[in-house]
Amino acid sequence: MSHTLSAHRNLAPARASGQVKALPYWNPYAVGFLLGLVLLATYAVTARGLGATAAFAAVSSWLVGLGSVAHVEANAVHVRYWNEGAPLLNWTLFLLAGSAIGAFLSGWQGRRLSFTVERGPRISDNTRLMLAFFGGFVAAFGAKIAKGCTSGQALTGGSMLNVGSLVFMLAVFAGAYGLAYFVRKEWL
Amino acid sequence: MLPLSSTIEFSTTASLALALVLGLGFGFSLERAGFGSARKLTAVFYLWDMAVVKVMFTAIVTAMVGLFVLSSAGLMDLSELYLEPTNLAAQGLGGLIFGAGFLVGGYCPGTAISAIATGRKDAMAFAGGMLAGVTAFAEFTPGIDAWIKAGSLGEMTLPSLTGIGMGWWALAFVAFLIFAGWGMGRLEQRFAHLRPQG
Repeated sequence: MSHTLSAHRNLAPARASGQVKALPYWNPYAVGFLLGLVLLATYAVTARGLGATAAFAAVSSWLVGLGSVAHVEANAVHVRYWNEGAPLLNWTLFLLAGSAIGAFLSGWQGRRLSFTVERGPRISDNTRLMLAFFGGFVAAFGAKIAKGCTSGQALTGGSMLNVGSLVFMLAVFAGAYGLAYFVRKEWL
Repeated sequence: MLPLSSTIEFSTTASLALALVLGLGFGFSLERAGFGSARKLTAVFYLWDMAVVKVMFTAIVTAMVGLFVLSSAGLMDLSELYLEPTNLAAQGLGGLIFGAGFLVGGYCPGTAISAIATGRKDAMAFAGGMLAGVTAFAEFTPGIDAWIKAGSLGEMTLPSLTGIGMGWWALAFVAFLIFAGWGMGRLEQRFAHLRPQG
């Protein structure tokens, strides 16, 4: 009994009844090994690991630049992603573009493509969408303060035993576990 | 000698093409793990599905062992790798805030992209929030960067801090992963009833 309840049962199709049944996810340790090899390859080729938040900062710099280039150049944060007028030629942005293709292929092969809202059974789609936006805003701020997110700090720095990255990882779980009880209606 | 970037000067085109290829593996792995689903991701915080920790920890340990082996074999110069400087206050505070955003938002920045690519509308809202968040940081609190820099302790790793070599740390992490894997299996059984029905 414990076996059917635990771990790797698929969640994705819960609200997509009538669709083809999604295939199960891979064993988490196997995927972790694969992800570790991708991270190792990224280090071996570029000397920097994975990342994600910088891509959002690059898009932000680009959008602000559409309005006023002078404003970008006067801002210490925006200007770092400006890349001499080509902010979209950002390494991390291309990494994420590739990751979108990779995720799409994986989801397509696993029959997990579905246009849905992920939420617990007790809240509405609209509430969830607002919370997702709010959570994204907060996560972005946290990542900017910590100088990295789950990819750039936890995974990349963690594998080099970077002290700041390990502290970040512990703090992420402390923050989320500390809050989990209070927002349980969103997920349970 | 690795990393390649220390011996080869990549053109912009080559560098971005590499990013696309590596990203392909990145996104494929995340989606395969189930991280295109916010319910699967946040399940870790309610202990009924620990996949997030299992995948992250295994990936970190795999890369760590790989880096150690490549460096020991003289194939990779670890000192060439970029290390984000440690700032305990910034990484502690930023981590706490990030964790709250992860839980409420349901994603982290990388996994949000995998979720968008497989159609999750809430991930699109999350990404919109991220974009607003990084913009707000730049517009309203650019001074935080100077504070982070001022409190930086420089490059600091567990081996450099303790004098215990990376190989021993890697070994300890592998042992801990095996132990934690057993513990997480127990947790998932214990909290299986929290899995939402339907």
